[in-house]
Amino acid sequence: MTGPKPALRLEGIVKTFPGVRALDGVSFDVRPGEVHALMGENGAGKSTLMKVLGGVLAPNEGQIFIGDDPVVMTSPKQAKAMGVMFIHQELSLAGELSVAENIFLGELPLKSFGRVDWAKLYAATDRILETLNVGFDARTRVGDLSIANQQMVEIGRALTVNPRAVIFDEPTASLTDAEKVVLFKVIADLQARGVGIIYISHRMEEIFKITDRISVLRDGQYRGTLITSETNEDEVTQLMIGRSLDLSRNASHHQMGDTALEVRGLSCGRLFEDVSFTVRKGEVLGFYGLVGAGRTEIAETIFGLRTPSAGQILLNGQEVEITSPIEAIRLGISLVPEDRKDQGLVLGMNCKDNMSLPQVGRLTKGPFVSHGAEIAIFDKYREKLDIRTPGWRQAVGNLSGGNQQKIVIGKWLSMHPEVLIVDEPTRGIDVGSKSEIHNLIRDLAAQGFAVIVISSEMPEVLHVSDRIVAMFAGRVMREFTSEEVTEDNLIQAISGLEAAGRG
Amino acid sequence: MSSMTRQNVGTFLAKQGILVAFVLFMIVFAIANQRFIAMDNILGVVRSSAIIGVMALGVTFVVIGGNLDLSVGSMMSFSTIVVLDLHDKIGPAMAIPAMFALTLLLGAFIGFLVGYLKLNSLIVTLGMLSAIHGLTLTWSGGKNMDIADKSGTWFSFFGQDRVLGIPVPILIFALLAVLLHMLLSKTAFGRQVYAVGGNGQAATFSGIPRARIVFMTYLVSAFCVAVAGLLQASRSLGSQNTVGQGQELVVLAAVILGGASLLGGSGTVFKTVIGVLILGFIQNGLLLMGLDFYVQYMVTWAIIILAVWLDVAAKRGRLWSPIA
Amino acid sequence: MTSQNRRDLIKQGGIWVFIAVELAFFSIAGNYLSASSQAFMDFDNMLLLLKQSAPIGIIALGMTIIMINGNIDLSVGATFALAAIVLLDSMTWPFMQNLGDWAIPLAWGFALMTGIVLGAINGLIVWKTGVDAFIVTLGSMLGFRGLVFMYNGEQPTSHLNWTLVDFAEAQFLGLHTATWFLLGTALVLWWVTTRTNHGRNAYAIGNNRDAAVNAGIRVGPHIMWNFMLIGFLAALSAVVFYSESGSVNPNDGMLYELWAITAVVLGGTKLAGGYGSIIGTLGGVIAIQLLRKGLGHIGADTQTVNLVIGLILIAVLVLDRQLNRQGKEELKI
Repeated sequence: MTGPKPALRLEGIVKTFPGVRALDGVSFDVRPGEVHALMGENGAGKSTLMKVLGGVLAPNEGQIFIGDDPVVMTSPKQAKAMGVMFIHQELSLAGELSVAENIFLGELPLKSFGRVDWAKLYAATDRILETLNVGFDARTRVGDLSIANQQMVEIGRALTVNPRAVIFDEPTASLTDAEKVVLFKVIADLQARGVGIIYISHRMEEIFKITDRISVLRDGQYRGTLITSETNEDEVTQLMIGRSLDLSRNASHHQMGDTALEVRGLSCGRLFEDVSFTVRKGEVLGFYGLVGAGRTEIAETIFGLRTPSAGQILLNGQEVEITSPIEAIRLGISLVPEDRKDQGLVLGMNCKDNMSLPQVGRLTKGPFVSHGAEIAIFDKYREKLDIRTPGWRQAVGNLSGGNQQKIVIGKWLSMHPEVLIVDEPTRGIDVGSKSEIHNLIRDLAAQGFAVIVISSEMPEVLHVSDRIVAMFAGRVMREFTSEEVTEDNLIQAISGLEAAGRG
Repeated sequence: MSSMTRQNVGTFLAKQGILVAFVLFMIVFAIANQRFIAMDNILGVVRSSAIIGVMALGVTFVVIGGNLDLSVGSMMSFSTIVVLDLHDKIGPAMAIPAMFALTLLLGAFIGFLVGYLKLNSLIVTLGMLSAIHGLTLTWSGGKNMDIADKSGTWFSFFGQDRVLGIPVPILIFALLAVLLHMLLSKTAFGRQVYAVGGNGQAATFSGIPRARIVFMTYLVSAFCVAVAGLLQASRSLGSQNTVGQGQELVVLAAVILGGASLLGGSGTVFKTVIGVLILGFIQNGLLLMGLDFYVQYMVTWAIIILAVWLDVAAKRGRLWSPIA
Repeated sequence: MTSQNRRDLIKQGGIWVFIAVELAFFSIAGNYLSASSQAFMDFDNMLLLLKQSAPIGIIALGMTIIMINGNIDLSVGATFALAAIVLLDSMTWPFMQNLGDWAIPLAWGFALMTGIVLGAINGLIVWKTGVDAFIVTLGSMLGFRGLVFMYNGEQPTSHLNWTLVDFAEAQFLGLHTATWFLLGTALVLWWVTTRTNHGRNAYAIGNNRDAAVNAGIRVGPHIMWNFMLIGFLAALSAVVFYSESGSVNPNDGMLYELWAITAVVLGGTKLAGGYGSIIGTLGGVIAIQLLRKGLGHIGADTQTVNLVIGLILIAVLVLDRQLNRQGKEELKI
């Protein structure tokens, strides 16, 4: 390949863990001034590769080059010294410290006796903040900044050295559109300075907007590099999963029943306001919007985890007051939460115990829990949902993301709910399990459940929903039937471009 | 293949390490000194461990539920002083239920603060350690508390008598251990305690009344403290205000030695009993070897750290911490 | 952002407001209730208060940096006792007898060294095994106490050196020696936590350990230094106190860890680490001592002090929680 000398080059990187070949001969390069997307499913090896690049893990084989020089990364600090910088997905900032201290974390300028040279620190920080063109100063406490500004602090950290390569790991995951624009501008500036950029993201539209080349990993193996301007989403997806994912529209053909859940003018402080919608039995209602639009908060309010400040919730036409999840469950509402590991499962517990958790108080024989009844439930849903596990004794922490999600879904199906709310059904789940879960959601609707699906992935929402509620900044912007919705009008609705429409 | 089996042995040792250590320890001491495994010696050890043991059973619930209880020593002093004081004032038959009620009230207060108000349990129970100590001193006026007629009361039954040749404290400890084992491992409440300690948020999302479960663990703990206070009072029929001082940490040591994680969600009543017995037998074994009591402190130190270290090492898959 | 600042102000200023309230209360209540005719806010009384705050205070200051760093040390009471024994006993060693007053700095040196070594043992274990500091120091609380008993059984260790007593009882610019040590320690630690690399890194580690590790901060040595520091301070506290009293019981220093932690938490330091201040702790220490003296002054039983302090600690926690609430929108977890 001709062209300028790469800023960073990997050659035949192999990393093995006991029993797993996490990286199997990965080679690619980033040129100065290039934005190079790195794509792959969860578990494809991206994070392992980043750890190798960052000096956290040592590769078993292979070589990293910076420019033409072979280097061995032994620590994050050394990676930094060589000009390889990371903008982590989970921001690694100390919220109680100032912007300046965070930017120069681990290398504060010092005077004698280990004293911090504050004048120098603030001056250096101000210079960096100036190039980033942000509206806060070096002395601001980081905990007081918005997520987007905190990310700018992380980027500022990358600018303390003259970076050769900067790696962005899902940087837009929690940004608004306006904030994204600022971020992309900063990335363009870095490009102009001749920095090589590795951009990790799942979001195709961003990838096609800002990157020059796309490299794909699958199962720890390098699958090839495409030139962005010469390829399309299908090609990339095929490379990622080895086949294309069926995301065709999928409106219900069966008969729908009565209204199961109706929400009227529901508000919760500043989180969301005046939200109204209905879900019928046998219907899948999709909620689409950006992170922070208030979708999850609506689900939590319906599930009794937040106290609404106004509005009504009606279940089968009857107004109900839901003050706790216990109450919600009793009324036949179930919530598969957004964060599987923190909210959905007790990772140290086995499969059976997790699945029977909401009803363990009822599955008793005399004073004791009936193992027989628990195992019966587990076996029923293991078969029904095709959960792949060696047995009920397995700790759920050892299962794959897809199987974990099925345990959570099974847990709630076993409660025979009338309304099932599924928040981000396929987050962090491999593509194979994704379509299984999509089919499952469709099946549930066909069986007469009223299902609400909240998702940040547009193809997913379009694929599973009969109707779609578009949200922006805590308000319902528009409701679409599956016939009228298009990608364009949906995007317009959730970016606040369209005036608030019908309720 | 051999590396695989070696790994399994390692995992087994790490998981059941405490039991293995206990057995090895008993064998070594038994060989060193025949008296060690004499029946009366064993009964003696278990009997003297009973008070710490009973408290450790209760603290096991609190720790599995994801919290700490540093107030049990102070609370035990309170129970002991109260029951001794009331013994002469309203008679033992009334004094015992009154003392249980007061102790449970304290437990309920802590449970309310930690469970319903969601305050940090370390600091709450630290504050209660101090507050209950003050309460005890106020109750007793700072003086030692003694039963007037020490020979003429049936109250001494719990701490001093034997039934079928077995000291009553042992019977009470054993009975309580069995009951609480059933409560923790067989009932829905027990399952909910594990869930709340293992992942409190997920428990809430599963419709488990987290606050109430935490509250209940402190009631269980307070009940055990009341039993311990009863044993203590009945054994000595007189007491200082500071009889339980410092015991909260010995109790916690026994629970941790039994393998309960301070993060919550793991541990069993059975393992706590093993932890208690290890502490008891170490003390006894070292005494029989003619070593001073303070050696026991140092051996306990080493054993606690080794036990937790092995546990931590097994979980991360390497002996030494990766901290740079 | 303003509400955040206001919250910070309440948190950091709260302890001083509390002290002012205590002073006002005990002064006024003292007029009616006190048996003695002496006013509570008597100058000498306040000087004495500072002096009496010193033993726990010096330890609490060290505990602050340990807790900012995200750890805890339960073994300080035992370290305190062992350092005291080394101090007093070393002055009776034969070769020390011949040194005259030069034995004093040497004895101090031995005692302080003892503290540093014990702290280093804790720090090394926390660092190298990765076992939680709570458990490690819970163990060494027992282990170090074992060393104390090993030294002299259950007998008290005594040695009075009159030069030393004079030094300890001296007043310079009106303040007692112990007070000077308390204030000096506070000043140095304030400087360390706010102005030095080590101090700022301690905050960073307590605040976000992974971030600190990724930034190349060597977490282990920082932990080690801080444990050596608190060991040194526990010993310093013993040195200052026992220079005057001249006799140490093997049970001395028990529960000091709990008092120190109470003072630190009252002073606003977060148990989880990453947030707190030396000045706040100094306030916490003074507040506790004021309460002790004040309750005595108005004729309350000394035993109620424990009760009141315990309840105040809990009240502070409740208040802190209320301040940090997001209001009604909060997720009910």
